[in-house]
Amino acid sequence: MAGSGIWNNFLAFFEEAGDLFLFTGRFFREVFKPPFEFRELLRQCYQMGNKSLLLVGVTGFILGLVFTLQSRPTLMQFGAESWMPSMVSISIVREIGPVIIALICAGKIGSGIGAELGSMRVTEQIDAMEVSGTNPFKYLVVTRIVATTLMLPLLVIIGDAIALFGSAIIENLKGEVSFLLYFNQVFDALTFADLIPATIKTFFFGFAIGLVGCYKGYNCSKGTVGVGEASNEAVVYTSMLLFVIDFIAVFVADILYG
Amino acid sequence: MMNASQEIQPILEIKDLKKSFGDKHVLNGFNLKLFEGENLVVMGKSGSGKSVMVKCLVGLMQADSGIIRIKEQDIEILGRSELDLLRTHIGFLFQGSALYDSMTVRENLEFPLRRHKKKLQMKENTETLVREALKNVGLEHTLDLMPSELSGGMQRRVALARALILKPEIILYDEPTTGLDPITSKEIIQLMRSIQDTYNTSSLIITHDVDCARVISNRMILLVDGINYAEGTFQELSSSDDPQVKAFFKN
Repeated sequence: MAGSGIWNNFLAFFEEAGDLFLFTGRFFREVFKPPFEFRELLRQCYQMGNKSLLLVGVTGFILGLVFTLQSRPTLMQFGAESWMPSMVSISIVREIGPVIIALICAGKIGSGIGAELGSMRVTEQIDAMEVSGTNPFKYLVVTRIVATTLMLPLLVIIGDAIALFGSAIIENLKGEVSFLLYFNQVFDALTFADLIPATIKTFFFGFAIGLVGCYKGYNCSKGTVGVGEASNEAVVYTSMLLFVIDFIAVFVADILYG
Repeated sequence: MMNASQEIQPILEIKDLKKSFGDKHVLNGFNLKLFEGENLVVMGKSGSGKSVMVKCLVGLMQADSGIIRIKEQDIEILGRSELDLLRTHIGFLFQGSALYDSMTVRENLEFPLRRHKKKLQMKENTETLVREALKNVGLEHTLDLMPSELSGGMQRRVALARALILKPEIILYDEPTTGLDPITSKEIIQLMRSIQDTYNTSSLIITHDVDCARVISNRMILLVDGINYAEGTFQELSSSDDPQVKAFFKN
């Protein structure tokens, strides 16, 4: 009995993965085909980018503060406080910044997309769009996926910068390191090998957030319960996918940059 | 009003339409012809396949077999862009209104216009068309309101205005009076009649509201077990001795 339950879950997982794969294929077929919905794309970029800025800023700032506060005593034990700006900047830019901000955005943007499209599906708004001679996949899905793909790298860059600023404040207060010295050390420590792979992977993070949110919302059923499920699953699936993408990105970067 | 006649080419035709969901056969060879200027009512119990039929009609659902012809074009063989163009000749009033809730009333009405105004060679100004459509449903003052600020009846009227904005030749009504109080239902029915006069459209009305059918229909089809169980005018069907037909008009 339990065995058949596991087997059914296993089959359901592959069925869902197959559907998601087909959905991705449809996205790539539609994204380059006119007409292009520039107006809606700009609106989505504004909604996702501008309206997530405060959340990303606060998260980044606290991340920088806490990370520096927590790391300081350990580095002091080894007499290595002067390494703090280098260590914090590399950790934040390479890994912690992109992953934490992507997870925050999965919660805010991914669940929002899942809930919005899900409710449009169950209230027949997507059908109404189709009947009015508009391709709803292009208008709703393509624009949202492109917007998240473009906006997430920007949000991560801004979040990273604010996190480093937060870290600089702690260093300034506790270690009497000037802002100029702190950021000089940061820019000395960071190389393109840190920045480029980290930025490239955020495009994939953004794509994953938009894709899973849209997939869950667009295929929503079962009424209002389904909308809740779509929103919830969008966050859970995206979070898992982000870690998988992160692992692959780190693995590839390690091969390329040693 | 034009009478249905076999010599005249129907503007919309369904032949032997079949649709199943697993083992459940919803439509078992349904047939329908809608003629120009006609109000055809399809009645049936809940779950009899009325909404499935109308969704197949506009390509929202794929039929298992059968022919659907609109304005002499077989919709099964049309490509995406041709189907979209054909859809501009069809207005669709959804059961739950289906207004885009992130847009104002004005934006809801502008949405189809922005896409198809040029294609349809409509020369009038967008603002004029939006105001005219809202005026025809008596809701000119709601232009900048959000759908959530409107009552159920008002939402249905705005949805009707949106369905009419491209001046379609055919209007499909899916349960136009469901969920409305009797007074608002009567207002919607009167509105449907006045729209018929103003725009000279052909209407296919899916309903189980006998009052609606009585007021609006030129001809009726009773859909039972996925087939055309009975056809005729309201008077003919309401005076039928058939127990299944009688059951519809009993209340």
